[in-house]
Amino acid sequence: MAEFKELPAGAPVTQQVTTWLENRFPTAFEAYRVHMSEYYAPKNFNVWYFFGSLAMLVLVMQIVTGIFLVMHYKPDAAQAFASVEYIMRDVPWGWLIRYMHSTGASAFFIVVYLHMFRGMIYGSYKKPRELVWIFGCAIFLCLMAEAFMGYLLPWGQMSYWGAQVIINLFSAIPFVGPDLSLLIRGDYVVGDATLNRFFSFHVIAVPLVLLGLVVAHLLALHDVGSNNPDGIEIKARKDPKTGIPLDGIPFHPYYTVHDIMGVSVFLMIFSAVMFFAPTGGGYFLETNNFIPADSLKTPLHIAPVWYFTPFYSMLRAVTDDMVNVLCVVVGAAGVLGYLMAGLRGLWRWVPLVAAVVIGLLLKTFDAKFWGVVVMGLAVMILFVLPWLDRSPVKSIRYRPGWNKILFGLFVINFFVLGYLGMQPPTVVGTIIAQTGTLFYFGFFLLMPWWSRIGEFKLVPDRVTFHAH
Amino acid sequence: MSDAPVDQNRRTWIAITCGAGAVGGVAAAIPFISSFEPSEAARAAGAPVEVDIGSIAPGDMKTVEWRGKPVWIVRRTKEMLEGLKKTDGLVADPKSERHPDEFTPPYARNEWRSIKPEYLVVVGICTHLGCSPGEKFQAGPQPSLPDDWEGGWLCPCHGSTFDLAGRVFKNKPAPDNLQVPPHMYLTDTTLLIGEDKKA
Repeated sequence: MAEFKELPAGAPVTQQVTTWLENRFPTAFEAYRVHMSEYYAPKNFNVWYFFGSLAMLVLVMQIVTGIFLVMHYKPDAAQAFASVEYIMRDVPWGWLIRYMHSTGASAFFIVVYLHMFRGMIYGSYKKPRELVWIFGCAIFLCLMAEAFMGYLLPWGQMSYWGAQVIINLFSAIPFVGPDLSLLIRGDYVVGDATLNRFFSFHVIAVPLVLLGLVVAHLLALHDVGSNNPDGIEIKARKDPKTGIPLDGIPFHPYYTVHDIMGVSVFLMIFSAVMFFAPTGGGYFLETNNFIPADSLKTPLHIAPVWYFTPFYSMLRAVTDDMVNVLCVVVGAAGVLGYLMAGLRGLWRWVPLVAAVVIGLLLKTFDAKFWGVVVMGLAVMILFVLPWLDRSPVKSIRYRPGWNKILFGLFVINFFVLGYLGMQPPTVVGTIIAQTGTLFYFGFFLLMPWWSRIGEFKLVPDRVTFHAH
Repeated sequence: MSDAPVDQNRRTWIAITCGAGAVGGVAAAIPFISSFEPSEAARAAGAPVEVDIGSIAPGDMKTVEWRGKPVWIVRRTKEMLEGLKKTDGLVADPKSERHPDEFTPPYARNEWRSIKPEYLVVVGICTHLGCSPGEKFQAGPQPSLPDDWEGGWLCPCHGSTFDLAGRVFKNKPAPDNLQVPPHMYLTDTTLLIGEDKKA
């Protein structure tokens, strides 16, 4: 515990109050120093570094608007749809709160996708920030669960059939699947029981986990310090007298003010969408969701909300033909591993045996199950990214030039998959999605090799920074 | 850390206490996880439904709700039944031999998958991920369907197609044919869906 401070007689009242508080609750004062006034962040942050604080802003906005929506919403299959319309039409300013929440969901994903991409291009997940990245991936996973369960609550056609499809994904798991999906639904079809438990998860369980993870994400970040566009450890060069990193500036006031500007720009764009295009052209709120849920009729075109479609596309891409292609790929990987991995003795056979086992499993279970596996792996693979990347440098600035093209292709591929996931399935679309799926996994799974190839530029000692 | 030697006796008791605590924790989780299962009310709601099929015109379909799912009753015409012969080679499981106990009761294990060839009774839920396929009874070329289409269903979610016996076409995401629910004829024009035991 800190020393008990005594003020000289006649000290100003404000100082007396502060000291009184500090003597009784030093933790708060310590936290302010560690996380704000004496948290030294690199001074060369660029526009990509706005999205972390913006994600926090949207999180707070979703929680606040959510609290107010719950005051009027009814989690009951018979009343849910009408209660949302009631919020929209009869509750004073209810439309605004609801549109803030629904637009906020899409904004959350836009901000988080950009935040994650920033981490990828600047190698922010690399040592010693692996846990920061892993907590972030867990946040992304929670966010997906939160968004999915929230989307059921308006009880429209898309809510209903989207939930039906996703819950049935679990029934594709061999042996336990059907019982598991029954356990999730709580009924033989998506119904009142499902709506109530999703409501509970959406408003209490997942937000609590989410908040906990955000705290862990930030604490871990502040322990190791922020990365920066140059991927240079600023802690490596400190002022010999003060011990403060030479390229670091205190988070408060520098980055608090900086982030307020980011918030202002974000709110301008956000407000424009919320007031003038709250349905986001049918992408943020799908047209079919303005029709009450009908358990007997699936809408003619059903697609998840945009932020899920790249993964949904990969799910759809796994047909019987695709399973055969995957068998060939796994086989080739096994043979390559046998020939090239340089393993000794019996270990030499491990890649080959593993490939045969995986190949047999691929052919044993339905393509439907593998579709689910592929979609799950597409998200889970992000968790191991710190160990897939073997590049000697962090930032893309000092990686070989063609890496930029590769990252560009990755982004284009992600958009194409996202677009295809919104469209009805076609023969050509499926082939493109299958190619895209192979590229997506190839990008990650071959990273241990491609990330080491090429000419790396010399990383400078100090960050690149031009004063304004 | 102190340098005092570890008291093994205490260690053992700590291990036993932790073990007992873990068992208690797991036991306490059981009622909570069990609460996710369908309630008694939901279990009881699966009562059979009686349907009058006399009003269905040839080539037409009627949808009724059974256990919250759509059940389709299709009155197939001669041409529709003829078409099934042509799709025999195109469907994944023409004789309904995959998972017959779940999807096709013994009395429907035939080419037309029904008790009476004329009337098809199937659960209108795609065996892929549970969407309800849309009816495409019009034969011939059309968007999203092959040119030699004989009539059937197209699932809007992932493009699975089914013929007029509810059999899934090859190389589609759906692994199984549409489920034929347990059903029986009470009279020539009344169908009981959800029960097939002779009373």
